[in-house]
Amino acid sequence: MKTDIILCGVGGQGILSIATVIGEAATACSLYLKQAEVHGMSQRGGDVQSDLRLSDSPVGSDLIPRGEADLIISMEPMEALRYIDRLSNGGTVITSSRPFVNIPNYPAQEDIMRELESLPHLVAADIEALAAERKFPRSANMLLLGMAAPYLSIIPREELRSAVERVFARKGKAVVEANLAAFDLGTSIK
Amino acid sequence: MSERKLLLGDEAIALGALHAGLSGVYAYPGTPSTEITEYIQSSPYAREMGVRSRWCTNEKTAMEAALGMSYAGKRALVCMKHVGMNVCADAFINSAVTGVGGGLVVLAADDPSMHSSQNEQDSRFYGKFAMVPIIEPSNQQEAYELTIKAFDLSEELGVPVLLRVVTRLAHSRAAVNTGEPRPQNGLNPSDSRGWVLLPAIARKQYLKLIDKQQAIAAAAAGCGATKLELCPKKGAPGIIACGIAYNYVIDRLAAFPGKEVNILKVSQYPLPEEKVRSLAENSSEIMVFEDGQPVAEEALRAIVGDGFTIKGRLTGDLPRTGELDPDSVAAALGLPAAETFSKAQNLAARPPQLCPGCGHRDVYNALNEVVSEFPEARIFGDIGCYTLGALPPFSALASCVDMGASITMAKGAADSGLYPAIAVIGDSTFTHSGMTGLLDAVNDGSDITVVISDNLTTAMTGGQDSAGTSKFEAICTALGVAPEHVRVVVPTPGKIPEIKKILREEIEYHGVSVVIPRRECMQTLKRKKK
Repeated sequence: MKTDIILCGVGGQGILSIATVIGEAATACSLYLKQAEVHGMSQRGGDVQSDLRLSDSPVGSDLIPRGEADLIISMEPMEALRYIDRLSNGGTVITSSRPFVNIPNYPAQEDIMRELESLPHLVAADIEALAAERKFPRSANMLLLGMAAPYLSIIPREELRSAVERVFARKGKAVVEANLAAFDLGTSIK
Repeated sequence: MSERKLLLGDEAIALGALHAGLSGVYAYPGTPSTEITEYIQSSPYAREMGVRSRWCTNEKTAMEAALGMSYAGKRALVCMKHVGMNVCADAFINSAVTGVGGGLVVLAADDPSMHSSQNEQDSRFYGKFAMVPIIEPSNQQEAYELTIKAFDLSEELGVPVLLRVVTRLAHSRAAVNTGEPRPQNGLNPSDSRGWVLLPAIARKQYLKLIDKQQAIAAAAAGCGATKLELCPKKGAPGIIACGIAYNYVIDRLAAFPGKEVNILKVSQYPLPEEKVRSLAENSSEIMVFEDGQPVAEEALRAIVGDGFTIKGRLTGDLPRTGELDPDSVAAALGLPAAETFSKAQNLAARPPQLCPGCGHRDVYNALNEVVSEFPEARIFGDIGCYTLGALPPFSALASCVDMGASITMAKGAADSGLYPAIAVIGDSTFTHSGMTGLLDAVNDGSDITVVISDNLTTAMTGGQDSAGTSKFEAICTALGVAPEHVRVVVPTPGKIPEIKKILREEIEYHGVSVVIPRRECMQTLKRKKK
């Protein structure tokens, strides 16, 4: 069994924290994993992406072959679209629906959403609005992880949840609780 | 105590070096190598062991200091991105001639596809040029183990060892099983005259290096991570897979079982000749998978001769440029590609850009307005976040070539009569390689204006300490720039009229002038506030 995930967003949106939590949980479950991260220049407001591969047998390539990604988990809707040619036919896109507009030629939001909705499996929500409404505005990324949890069946949900706890533990109790609340809310979004 | 840890390739190298009894790491930040030194800097074990780890001014000072530590008998690591090899090449090549005392490992992190670089040069050429062993791990576990081995090998053969990785290993995470740390070497300075490379001694030392070549080749042939796997089928196609390319090959072969091939996995160079010949004897052809330039492909041709079919980057069977990936590897192996969704329609490029509130923005806004008054003006750029000033909305830069080239190119253009010739360079890049060029300009009385955009850090690579912080005015005046033409400003939107006035005055001054806009990087500021 394997789950190949493309994590993406805009530099600074917190996709590496999502990767860290999944990595922590996968390691606790003794899964094999490889995670190719993007560092350096693109982290300055550019598109950022990470390939995360989980499997119960050893993983060869650090990069996911085209058409084999099971999940795209994206902090930004246009960034989710950037990788759809790498998604498998049965794959699912889990994305924030709120555009991050820092370029002059950003496409119309409704066109982006229409194209996303044309995909067979899509879960989209305005995670930033939800996170702000529930008073945990800095935990939108954990809300997104919660949305992805039902599709990450290779890791038991409780393991993911306790990985959230461990990863944020050094930032104090309030941060842990905000992230757990965000994660739990995310799991209820279909 | 053996442990299992989730580590970046870079971190696995750092931990391997610590467990090999490292006494000091010497490095200048550069993507994708930066995390090695950062790991050592934040390691409690390294602190406990007193491992020296502060950032160096540039790769040359790093390489030389590491050689000094090796001379004194201790183990030293030098880390850099591939283009850093150009900066330290003098010291690196000569360190093979002097030989080493304590183990000396030189880590070069190559960046094929130029994710964060200006070229995709292959550091293996430097290893071949210096005639030293080259080790290239294919995964994180090997990165840990082969780093330890590299130190042992360096001491055994008395030469520096080049450890080469590429971005996708440096910045990819996987679980690594770690072993017991070994103690550091004691102080044991060399008494050999071989360190004095006067011609008469250098000739002898060079012959010694030539004599070591057989042992270096034997060590590569015996590398445990290099392995030849022959399949039962007679005359199956052969594969040479170097470093990380091996992962793509085995991944695709596992996804499409049934394709029988002979594989030589290469983790150390020079290429193991005997294994290569055996591969050739058992194979109908050999396809070479290597990230970077066709180093192994060329070496293979020299071993098997013109009659044998070789496929690789030179023959067009693999892309000539850019990093390999499972898709390009699968295509070259003749494996089917998956059917996929077509590329999205509603998509725009999102290039990196200067952060909101960044002082470089104010510098370019002021510069662009002043420069519009001088239609002939050219602004020569340099390497760092501020290189993004080349992109819209600023589109300010005429050039970006290598560390420090802004000042010297502006000087050369000014010497040719171009006016105004302006250089924009960051604080860390200035101390890395800009100071010597500024001295040339002072000595020549060149008519240039140098903007040292000082954000108090090495920002592009994530905010490392900058060697010259709080020293820039003193450096510039000591190099001979007239004190009244070293002007410090604070780059904020409100100060733009003042910055423009100062820039205009210094452009109109016909000599070397330096303007230093100084304000802390938004990223490091944000981190401090957390």
